[in-house]
Amino acid sequence: MNLISVTSPHTTGPSRTQRVMAQVLLATLPGLAVLCGLFGWGSLINVVWACAAALACEAAVLRLRGKPVGFHLADGSALVTAVLLALAIPPTAPWWLTLVGVGFAIIFAKQLYGGLGMNPFNPAMAGYVLLLISFPVDMTRWLPPFEAPDLATSLQLFLGRDHGIDALTGATPLDSLRTWAGDAAALAAQPALHGTFAGLGWEWVNLAFLAGGLWLLWRRVITWHIPAALLGALALCALPFWLHDSARFASPLFHLFSGAAMFGAFFIATDPVSAATSRTGRLIYAALIGVLIWVIRSFGGYPDAMAFAVLLLNLAAPTIDYYTQPRSYGHSKPKRGIGG
Amino acid sequence: MSLLSRLLPRRRFDFHGGIHPPERKALSNGTPIRPGPMPAQLILPLTMHIGAPARPLVQVGDRVLKGEKIAEASGPVSVPVHAPSSGVISAIEPRPIQHPSGLDAPCIVLDTDGEDRWTALHPHPDFRAIPRPELLALIREAGIAGLGGAGFPTAIKLNLRDNQRIEQLILNAVECEPYITADDRLMRERAPALIRGIEILRYLVQPAETIVAIEDNKPEAIAAMRAAAEGTGIRIMTVPTKYPSGGEKQLIRLVTGKEVRSGGIPAEIGVVCQNIGTAYAVERAVVHGEPLIRRITTLTGEAFTQPGNVETLIGTPVQALLEAGGVTQPHRGRLIMGGPMMGFSIDHPMSPVVKTSNCIIAAPLTELPEPAPEQSCIRCGACADVCPAELLPQQLYWYSKAGEFDRARHYNLLDCIECGACSYVCPSNIPLVQYYRYAKAELRKQAAEHQKADRARERFEARTARIEKEKAEKEARRQARLAANRVKQAPDAAAPPAQADLKKAVNDASAAYKTAVKAAKEAEASGADNAVALRAEAERLKAHADALKANLRDAKAAGPAAPAHDDGLPALKKAVADASAAYKAAVKAMKDVEAGGDGDIDALRADTERLKAEADRLKAALRDAKAAAPAVVAAPVQEDPVAALKKAVADASSAYKAAVKAAKEAEASGDGDLDALRAEAERLKPTGSKPNCVTPRRRPRPHHHQPHRQPPRLRPPAMTRSKNATSA
Amino acid sequence: MTILIAVLALLALAVVFGALLGFASEKFRVEGDPIVDQIDALLPQTQCGQCGHPGCRPYAEAIAEGEDHNRCPPGGEQTIQDLSDLLGREVLPLDGEADSADVKKVAFIREAECIGCTKCIQACPVDAIVGAARQMHTVIADECTGCDLCVEPCPVDCIDMIEVPPTLTTWGWSRPDGVGKTPERLINVVNLR
Repeated sequence: MNLISVTSPHTTGPSRTQRVMAQVLLATLPGLAVLCGLFGWGSLINVVWACAAALACEAAVLRLRGKPVGFHLADGSALVTAVLLALAIPPTAPWWLTLVGVGFAIIFAKQLYGGLGMNPFNPAMAGYVLLLISFPVDMTRWLPPFEAPDLATSLQLFLGRDHGIDALTGATPLDSLRTWAGDAAALAAQPALHGTFAGLGWEWVNLAFLAGGLWLLWRRVITWHIPAALLGALALCALPFWLHDSARFASPLFHLFSGAAMFGAFFIATDPVSAATSRTGRLIYAALIGVLIWVIRSFGGYPDAMAFAVLLLNLAAPTIDYYTQPRSYGHSKPKRGIGG
Repeated sequence: MSLLSRLLPRRRFDFHGGIHPPERKALSNGTPIRPGPMPAQLILPLTMHIGAPARPLVQVGDRVLKGEKIAEASGPVSVPVHAPSSGVISAIEPRPIQHPSGLDAPCIVLDTDGEDRWTALHPHPDFRAIPRPELLALIREAGIAGLGGAGFPTAIKLNLRDNQRIEQLILNAVECEPYITADDRLMRERAPALIRGIEILRYLVQPAETIVAIEDNKPEAIAAMRAAAEGTGIRIMTVPTKYPSGGEKQLIRLVTGKEVRSGGIPAEIGVVCQNIGTAYAVERAVVHGEPLIRRITTLTGEAFTQPGNVETLIGTPVQALLEAGGVTQPHRGRLIMGGPMMGFSIDHPMSPVVKTSNCIIAAPLTELPEPAPEQSCIRCGACADVCPAELLPQQLYWYSKAGEFDRARHYNLLDCIECGACSYVCPSNIPLVQYYRYAKAELRKQAAEHQKADRARERFEARTARIEKEKAEKEARRQARLAANRVKQAPDAAAPPAQADLKKAVNDASAAYKTAVKAAKEAEASGADNAVALRAEAERLKAHADALKANLRDAKAAGPAAPAHDDGLPALKKAVADASAAYKAAVKAMKDVEAGGDGDIDALRADTERLKAEADRLKAALRDAKAAAPAVVAAPVQEDPVAALKKAVADASSAYKAAVKAAKEAEASGDGDLDALRAEAERLKPTGSKPNCVTPRRRPRPHHHQPHRQPPRLRPPAMTRSKNATSA
Repeated sequence: MTILIAVLALLALAVVFGALLGFASEKFRVEGDPIVDQIDALLPQTQCGQCGHPGCRPYAEAIAEGEDHNRCPPGGEQTIQDLSDLLGREVLPLDGEADSADVKKVAFIREAECIGCTKCIQACPVDAIVGAARQMHTVIADECTGCDLCVEPCPVDCIDMIEVPPTLTTWGWSRPDGVGKTPERLINVVNLR
């Protein structure tokens, strides 16, 4: 009889990292579908291209670092980073834009910090912010919803050949708000701001991501803490100002269903690696992201703020953890600091 | 208060976290308890409990009866061991046991004779007639240690201080680990005996309430216990099925809402918690007089063709149980003692069942597959959500992995109960529990090393201080001797030169005094314990210097010398005589050896030569002393130098006597004791000063044999030094 | 004029804050252990002299006076790290060969061969050897720091440094092999059917 000798416990639960990653990928599908429906094939092309680029980058770096390539690629984390970044990039993006973003996210924001689990910043958002700062024009060229170009145009855009692209683009709801805030008449004249219940088109994108996020919650891949605190804080910040001056400030509903609100709340801020650890910590972390989003959207220089807010709070996560250690069994009060 | 608490509905409490692994209890809980096998050999480890190992009372070859005590408790935290069957002791030696290290442990091996003959038992059916201390002694003598998990001696847990008031006695019948059904079957089949055992515990602890906590997945056991407990006031409480609600601290929180302080014991908060199996063992011990020699063990896992519970003798090798349970097909898999969550792999099939072995799992890989390789932690926090101790397992993991054990301790690593819930839920297959065990072991090691370093530091400092003191004393003596010599060597002329010498002696003496004071101060500053002695030495030197000063004054006043006498010379003469006698004896010894024709005569001859030289040197000293005598005569009032001289003479003569003795020994034993003679001869060589402190060096040099060494210079008082060493 | 005011104002501020800092440094002075004691506490106290000093405390004093803190082979990397943390100095590579890591050794005297010369007793920095002249000596294993200073002086080479095998009480779990590895060893149990 051959016996294996291992440390206890001898049985393990069903949860696996690969499965977690796969479920996150699955949950992005509704959002991807709506994006494709509204803006054409661009997003899908981006996603496929980003995945390929991410796997290549990850494999190359793992090889350089002398790590087992197949073993680490199999955890699926590179794919999640790639998909999340591709969904955030406009569907009009040319191939090199995606490549630069994904390459930076995988090589610099993830692997150079030590790979999965060691990165202090959300890799997808780090890549996104790099692109947003370096190529602001390309990164803000969204198409108007419901006027999806055909596959050929999308491919032309992806290959960077179409020079008449500016004729195609339109302002997103957040762009419009940013431009016309304070002018009630102008706001009323913006078609992008008047969808069924929030920004035109984007309400459906956010709804789709909400659906995917709720599925993740139901599958217990994420907990409610981060999405609830983030969205709650965003809405709570928006409410009094909107009541006070609705011509200057957008409604909570508009905030919740515009831009990357739902996508960020369920898919970006919940990235466990770069978030705070404890439950209280996660509540604080997510609430602060919500506040920052509202502040930057209302007063900042960029129309949306998810990436900045998340990165800033990634930076603060260790400090939040420092102050939110749980009280352990048998101890009268929680500990502070990191000891040593 | 108690009335109120009885009237009000009980609040339900819960503990943080916990998991719900597949229970798999149906594998083994369907059949009644059957008697275990009678193996040919029983292996009884001396440590089946927490605490000091038991001390064997038997010798190899002794014939023992079933239930006879074969090893006694060796301290307050220890329990005896009894023979589980009759037979002959065949060995007392290290044998493989179930231990994660795979190391062997001392065991008593008993070859059974198959007769299973009992020793005389002393039942006490009416336990209430026995005073509590005696009842506790009875339980202790029965060798009972907690049957649930850790094996803590039961009598200690039940022995409360007079002022301790126990509110709840909790009987842990939760059995939250998957697979195990030993307590379940025990409660179903032997509930009345269990209730009797609980009554004994109640009598000992006198709690305000007694609660038997059973997980709600054992309805038959609950029913049986409810029926048996009717009218006794013992509460049968169901708790929700959740792992690890059977952990002592978790159960206490679950039942009472109270928490045991970190590092504390339940009795502090008025709770005593005992395993239900322990209650059964107590009942057998008190009511039937039977010591703890058997227990109920679950045999389970898909490799068993006849799984179930057996009442097995303690010391039964696992192999015998596997055969009894019908493990026949060869398989690759796991063999576990204990449950699947906290049990340990068994390395050797002859490992015995001990008092804490509640389960043997033999599972093929199809049932409990090989663990997957560890992946990167994604900080998902699932571990923190299930941790019943409310720790941050993730942080503990990072710090343990990085070797930052102090940080891990800051995150309450030591409160971890190693339940394995975190490893169970970890999506990355990280063997978290092993990381914590590793970190805990390292912390223990560090603490031990720290303690040892402190002791080494203390000993090193004590030694340094002692050497300093010896040095100071020697220096003081040398100064005194110098002073005396100078006085001695003064020309036998008139007073003025003598006065000059005397002045110098006074100066020397006060210098010696100052050195001594300095040494004493240093010693005081460093807190060495010989500071007092040094101070006394300094005082003595001061007195000496003062006396010399007075002498100088007197000498100045007295002018020319006064008549005097000398008693130093005869002693010196005698010493010389002794020395030459020693030399002669040595010569004789050498001749004897030569006659005997044995080797190493050269060495002996050299020694003899050395002795001769020594004798010659002493003769010269005698001459010197004679020459100096007039000076002594010239300065008669100086008592101290004379005394020092006397002492020197005495020292010398004792050395010569030793030489004589050595020579005689050499004579007596022929050439056998050459080493001794040589050492002795060396001792007679003029003693030089030798650095006493540790010799600094940069690297350990290669040590090879050096045949031609310098003759070692020895310092005699080695005995006193080693005495210091042992008492330091 | 305004420049003058500004200069004066800054000057006044400098004076005020300087005074405040001076006051604070006096008022909140931390009376810690003397640095030598703190260094000594981090050294392993084997008293082996491999650093070139006669014992750990003398070396602690030397470090406090600026000597390199990387000369303690028994302490190894960990001690260098701890000392660097304490002293705020750079982590230096160990000067000298590392002791064969983690294997604890103690001196053992082959008593049949001991001639009772007491040389090892004199060499032992922690008085862990007992014996008298012409009596065989023995090592108090619990007190031995494993410094091997007694090995060289022995005229008959009867002292060995032997490894201390782990016992059930000193044994500890080992660190898992890390990412990518399965924490498992395979046991072949042959005599089981």
